[in-house]
Amino acid sequence: MRLEARNLHVRLGARPALAGLDFAARPGEMTAVIGPNGAGKTTLLRVLAGLLPPAAGAASLDGRPVAKWPAQELARALAYLPQERLVHWALSARRVVALGRLPYQPLGAGESAADARAIDSALTAMDVTHLQGRPVLEMSGGERARVLVARALAQDPRVLLADEPAAGLDPAHQLTLFGHFTALAAAGRTVVVALHDLSLAARFCHSIVLMQAGRVAAAGTPRDVLTSEHLAAVYGVKARHVEIEGVSVVLPLEVLP
Amino acid sequence: MTAGTGAKPEASSLSLLVVLAGAAALAFLISLAVGPSGLGFGPPGEAGVIIFREIRLPRALLGALVGGALGLAGAALQGYLRNPLAEPSLVGVSGGAALGAVLAIHLGLAAHFAFALPLGGLIGAAVAMLAVVALAGLHGGPMTLILAGLAVSAIATALISLALNLSQNPFAAVEMVLWMMGSLTDRSLTQVWLAGPLIVLGMALLLSVGRALDALTLGEDAAASLGVDLTRTRLAIVAGTALSVGAATAVTGIIGFVGLLVPHLLRPFAGHRPGLLLPASMLGGAAMLLVADVVLRLVQPWVELRIGVLTALIGAPFFVWLVLKTRSELAP
Repeated sequence: MRLEARNLHVRLGARPALAGLDFAARPGEMTAVIGPNGAGKTTLLRVLAGLLPPAAGAASLDGRPVAKWPAQELARALAYLPQERLVHWALSARRVVALGRLPYQPLGAGESAADARAIDSALTAMDVTHLQGRPVLEMSGGERARVLVARALAQDPRVLLADEPAAGLDPAHQLTLFGHFTALAAAGRTVVVALHDLSLAARFCHSIVLMQAGRVAAAGTPRDVLTSEHLAAVYGVKARHVEIEGVSVVLPLEVLP
Repeated sequence: MTAGTGAKPEASSLSLLVVLAGAAALAFLISLAVGPSGLGFGPPGEAGVIIFREIRLPRALLGALVGGALGLAGAALQGYLRNPLAEPSLVGVSGGAALGAVLAIHLGLAAHFAFALPLGGLIGAAVAMLAVVALAGLHGGPMTLILAGLAVSAIATALISLALNLSQNPFAAVEMVLWMMGSLTDRSLTQVWLAGPLIVLGMALLLSVGRALDALTLGEDAAASLGVDLTRTRLAIVAGTALSVGAATAVTGIIGFVGLLVPHLLRPFAGHRPGLLLPASMLGGAAMLLVADVVLRLVQPWVELRIGVLTALIGAPFFVWLVLKTRSELAP
């Protein structure tokens, strides 16, 4: 499913969070949204997910504005993984992952066999099957993050919007996570991730949108976007985009005066 | 349920509800069978029928309905506000109902017309609900709802104090104070018919938000992205609480702590799932209030206690326990 937005304007309080932003993410690709703190990445993802109505412009999924999608239908098509890893009650990990199946369950119906399969495979994908009976509130930050990613995977979305999904994960689980996102994209899904880790963006994403102050500073392939000039202009750092054993790495060297 | 290693086994949701329903049904039968006229379903003959129909049946029905409403509304508010300390009086409707009833006494309406008291309570609850919705808006977060509820409660408390202060007649003042303590005694079937349908309607609204509360465990954005209509949920919570707790308070006065205590005690048995906690707390609340009311009848020969006083006496130490528990959990 093609996810697009035209000329988005959003104000949060007095501050313009998005100022005339265009965006497109194609199925079969993983798209990174990067930019310094306060650039508007989370705001963009929330607008794309239909959670925040823009003051002007509109986001659309398959050519239909997200605001026009019936809530249940949109929830089956699109999963949104917020940056804040909120879990308010001491639910077991399995119960949390099972919440991803709510859009598929008719009112009053329990867990179907298909639900149970989706939950099991999401738990396995995020390597949390052994934690499934434990309350999420007793887990480490990284374990909780993986359970919440599994919740979004259990939703079996055609479009996945994930806000900083890798933050706080150890290197092995970061690579596993992006391996799964890559597999989702390869299966024809649309994956959009907001990221601070430029190396992950360079290595795994097909296209990158570099944001600055609510606008697009650059967009295109990692090679086009992650140039020393762009990184200096937007992040204010001297950085190099290099390859080590065939893997793209972006190395910030120093803050520019 | 496939629980992982080291996990507490999670009771199946159906068996939890069956056990609680059994407890509530048993408490209901005991409530029908226990009274000053002896054990059993009343003495034989016409007197027994009258005692059963005019005294015990309305008392047991109200105990079940009011306890259920308080437990359910407490669970719904705790789930919606994601705060285990929330309780039905927080949204201002019990304050509004109390003010309505107090005004009915103060203006002398209650002396002329028996239904002025519950009607005043209902009108007070309805006005309080409209005020809370007007103040908090339809789309705001849970915090605005708490603030609006506190503001409306504060206004109601101030006006109740004013009515007590201006009361010319000491008997009226005593009547107001006693009414506010909450009681199930001397209620008729007519009062059950007046409040019952509203309580049941409110309960139906509250029971409809179970999925939304489950999803809200992950926060409002995640819940909305799972297809939950947050505005509808907020309306159902406010209207459901106003109808069930408003109508309950209008006929029985203020009965505190049931809405706080019952969801809290049952939460671990419901696997901490806010949706399952709704029917569980409804059944548990009914059972708890019925049992408390039976205890009152048993101690009646020695001391005349009002049920609102008893629930407060049980509920306040519970707060002390909560403090100690929280302190030990936060200790290094």
